[in-house]
Amino acid sequence: MKKKVQRLRPLFRQYVFPCSGTEVAKIQRRAVSTDQPLHAHEASLYVHWPYCLKRCSYCNFNKYIPRSVNHVLMTECLQKETRTLLQLSQVSKITSVFFGGGTPSLAQPSTIAALIGTVSKHAQLSADAEVTLEVNPTPAGKARLRDFVAAGINRFSIGTQSLCDASLRVLGRDHNALQALQTLSEARTLCPGRVSVDVMFGLPGQSVESWESELEEVLSVCDDHVSLYQLTLERGTSLFRQVKLGELSVPSDDITATMYRSARKRLEKAGFLQYEVSNFAKDNAVSAHNIGYWKAQQYIGIGPGAHSRFVPLALGGVHREARTQTLEPDVWMWEVWHHGHGTRRRMQLSHLGQLEEVLVMGLRMTEGISHQHWKMFSPEANLQDILGMCSDVEELQKKGLLILDERGLRCSWDGMALLDSILPVLLLSLETLFHMCRPAPSPATVD
Amino acid sequence: MQFLLRPRSTALSFVGRFSDVKKCRIKRRSQGCTAPGTRIRHRWIKTVGEPAICPTARQFCSSAEKDVDMSKFPVDRIRNFSIIAHIDHGKSTLADRLLEMTGAIAKTERNKQVLDKLQVERERGITVKAQTASLFYQHRGQTYLLNLIDTPGHVDFSYEVSRSLSACQGVLLIVDANQGIQAQTVANFYLAFEAQLTIIPVINKIDLKNADPDRVEKQIEKIFDIPKEECVRISAKFGTNVDQVLQEVVKRIPPPTAKVEEPFKALLFDSTFDHYRGVVANIALFGGYVTKGDRIVSAHLGKMYEVNELGVLRPDEQPTERLYAGQVGYVIAGMKDVKDAQIGDTLYLHKHPVEPLPGFSPAKSMVFAGMYPTDQSEYTALRRAVEKLALNDSSVTVQRDNSLALGAGWRLGFLGLLHMEVFIQRLEQEYNATVIITAPTVPYKAVLASPKLIKEYREEVVTIINPAQFPEKSQVVEYQEPMVMGTIIAPDEFTGKIMSLCLSRRAIQKNMVYIDDHRVMMKYLFPLNEVVVDFYDQLKSMSSGYASFDYEDAGYQLAELIKIEFLLNGKPVEELTTVVHKDRAYSTGKAMCERLKESIPRQMFEIAVQAAIGSKVIARETIKAYRKNVLAKCYGGDITRKMKLLKKQAEGKKRMRLIGNVEVPKDAFMNVLKRK
Repeated sequence: MKKKVQRLRPLFRQYVFPCSGTEVAKIQRRAVSTDQPLHAHEASLYVHWPYCLKRCSYCNFNKYIPRSVNHVLMTECLQKETRTLLQLSQVSKITSVFFGGGTPSLAQPSTIAALIGTVSKHAQLSADAEVTLEVNPTPAGKARLRDFVAAGINRFSIGTQSLCDASLRVLGRDHNALQALQTLSEARTLCPGRVSVDVMFGLPGQSVESWESELEEVLSVCDDHVSLYQLTLERGTSLFRQVKLGELSVPSDDITATMYRSARKRLEKAGFLQYEVSNFAKDNAVSAHNIGYWKAQQYIGIGPGAHSRFVPLALGGVHREARTQTLEPDVWMWEVWHHGHGTRRRMQLSHLGQLEEVLVMGLRMTEGISHQHWKMFSPEANLQDILGMCSDVEELQKKGLLILDERGLRCSWDGMALLDSILPVLLLSLETLFHMCRPAPSPATVD
Repeated sequence: MQFLLRPRSTALSFVGRFSDVKKCRIKRRSQGCTAPGTRIRHRWIKTVGEPAICPTARQFCSSAEKDVDMSKFPVDRIRNFSIIAHIDHGKSTLADRLLEMTGAIAKTERNKQVLDKLQVERERGITVKAQTASLFYQHRGQTYLLNLIDTPGHVDFSYEVSRSLSACQGVLLIVDANQGIQAQTVANFYLAFEAQLTIIPVINKIDLKNADPDRVEKQIEKIFDIPKEECVRISAKFGTNVDQVLQEVVKRIPPPTAKVEEPFKALLFDSTFDHYRGVVANIALFGGYVTKGDRIVSAHLGKMYEVNELGVLRPDEQPTERLYAGQVGYVIAGMKDVKDAQIGDTLYLHKHPVEPLPGFSPAKSMVFAGMYPTDQSEYTALRRAVEKLALNDSSVTVQRDNSLALGAGWRLGFLGLLHMEVFIQRLEQEYNATVIITAPTVPYKAVLASPKLIKEYREEVVTIINPAQFPEKSQVVEYQEPMVMGTIIAPDEFTGKIMSLCLSRRAIQKNMVYIDDHRVMMKYLFPLNEVVVDFYDQLKSMSSGYASFDYEDAGYQLAELIKIEFLLNGKPVEELTTVVHKDRAYSTGKAMCERLKESIPRQMFEIAVQAAIGSKVIARETIKAYRKNVLAKCYGGDITRKMKLLKKQAEGKKRMRLIGNVEVPKDAFMNVLKRK
């Protein structure tokens, strides 16, 4: 361990920590002056557990398959970074916590407990705040659920992915369908009404019919929250290679479109309200944490490769920054150990950049972006000002894909499935108007 | 003389342009053992793969210019001749041998295609640009001046060939002893025959295992009506009988008819452009003599120039004091622009005008193609390259063009497909340019119907090189398309296949003869349009490479031409408009619709891709609407990446060409328009 760190040391020279006073002033001068949106003292917290037991064939996340994990050191580092970033952001209230990965259910319950403790100690974390843990439905994961609840977890997101053993093998998952069902049942017992199930469609060999029957099975066992993800072939994954080589084939675009459509209909029928492109909830059992991302609220990312969006108030900052932590766990730990945090990249969001994120994320929700919500980020130009004059936007409305009315801006039911074709049009329109009103300076990068 | 030579060659080795020092040394070593020709001054600065003349080399020329007294060569001791042959029959190898044997260059293993200086010529084994070499040859105690005017072999360059032939009295017609007469052999024979030149058939490659000179002699007798006794059998590779070729040149080819007593009269038959010295004009003297310092006039432009330098090409420039009637050489006379040196022009002495020589009709562009920089920011650099290259290739026509899809570019006219390929290859190799070339088209003609239209177009017959400007059917009496007479020579086992290929290309058979027991020569009248794209490739592959093809201009013929327009959701795409023969309309329309379908990305709505003649749709493809396009997972860690992607797409939207409501990326046009 020590040897490795030594070898990597030169890497950190490019890293500036923390900003000197003059640098802060520079950033301030360069920045577009806007009033910070509300809730600058609130944020959600994401904790990244970077380790997995096994590599899934489709996954390109920041994860590592280590021979062994130093749980004690990892816990200390996560705690330390939490303290540092909480202090840096001056956030006084944490609205939700999410443990993702990697495979965070491989973390020891004591680690989870320690972290929740750290958060509570340095910020307000109300007793009913959502604290979610992603769980791989393996027997080992199942066995620990009770301890996780004891540690402070009150919501589980179960990575079921499929209830078909053949599909699970293709995906390289470390569990089978039966284990998934058992874990799910245990989780529902422990946190009734607060369990989410992840299911994937568009898998190799899947037909519309087999998907529909699989979804029926999911509906018969699930709790109040379902996340449906179409399989995305990511470059560099083994599944991508296999499909490229023709060893496996995935359903065509038209088939997956049908799968998505029929699933949306079926879930609606079963009383699940779609509240985002891939997320469905019964009885308002939505994920408060994830809604935070789509509503462009502040969030603090802890752990290797985690992303954040917050205003570093302690540095005198007035603008939101996009931050990324160092990817490699060992290097990240070294940095946290020496500097208190492992932020590798800081990028100040320009006003336009911020508005773009509000737009792109907000339209993923079925409720879209309300005028009120938009006004928090853009007090000077409302949605009508920005999009009302654009003929392409008008065209989208005419086609019934986009709705701009007194409530705000949102996708229609059909438009939701085509969001990524709609967004470039809106972004272009936003940019045009933005530059017409005032020439924006280039965003300041701080590396 | 030997003594004088040494320091010069030593100095040359230091000039620095010889990257290959070893080559230089070999040449120097061999200088003492040069062959039977008169050694006036051996310059073996062979510029390898590089356009001739560097200033350093030139200084040596000037310092020794008194060495050659050209008056020693009266007309009766001059022979002007060319070598013509089908590709790969050994024309350049024979030229190398002739240069070696007469001492123009040293004999080494490395003399390969000495006269082919361009990289493209060496790579493709072809000659593009005619070159001239003056050889001094001893025959029966006399020194003869043999002017070898090397010519391009391919039909595309027959314009160059006929230019060269006009300065000659005879030709060596080379035929491969193994392959026999090929299509280009026939075409070249007729060029020489029509110019009434003496033809000496030379059967080359008799050293080959499968050589069958007897059979080739019979072919020559049958096709060209030349008695087989007149054939010379050689191996240019090993030099076998090459001396006999030189003897036959002296014996059989008549000397030029020019008289030195007459006033100076010269044909300008070629030119090159040199950035240091301006135009270097190649001339053949039809009368009188010309001296350095003379003031000469071009009959065509009436402009006067002073001769700064003149001399013979051996094959590098060797300045002399004078050039006399019947001789061939170069002149540098302060012509600043290639346009000053009109090919085919007659030169005479100031105040001594002469009857101009017939000259040449200008090269006719047979194939047109659009050329665009791959990136518009490279336009200026590309323009410079095109201009420079066109300076030395007067047969390329350059017209500025602007495509809505591909931006600013040119519409270039070429003599043929090979010419086009060579031009583009030279652009890429010599100027490091990368370009998009559209599918080649041919110049159509339309005979206008009404006096009003004739007045509008200012002529009765309009030549259309850009399909977008094709006049409507209602405005014309008739359309015409360019025709070519194609010659195909192939073993008879392929006759059936070739006939059906030709038939499918709308060709009409004009003639078919057996040139020997197994080989057939077929003549077909082709619409040029049918041979410009991939005909030769198909012919080659179906005949396992044994068929040879050549064509010559055969005028225009009435044709039922049709303009196809391409529509995206009902809106025409101007840059895709295509003119085709009626019989081709359906297949072309369908093929292009399919290519468009492949190249236009799905959009949020369905796109109808249609090919239409007037209001009638003849082909349709449908690009289905996107039914789903949304990222499945987008949480805190995904935003940055997603934003980047979306911003790129938004940026890309700005560069799309909008046809109605359909966004068409530039790539799509490229895929549809470019040559496959």
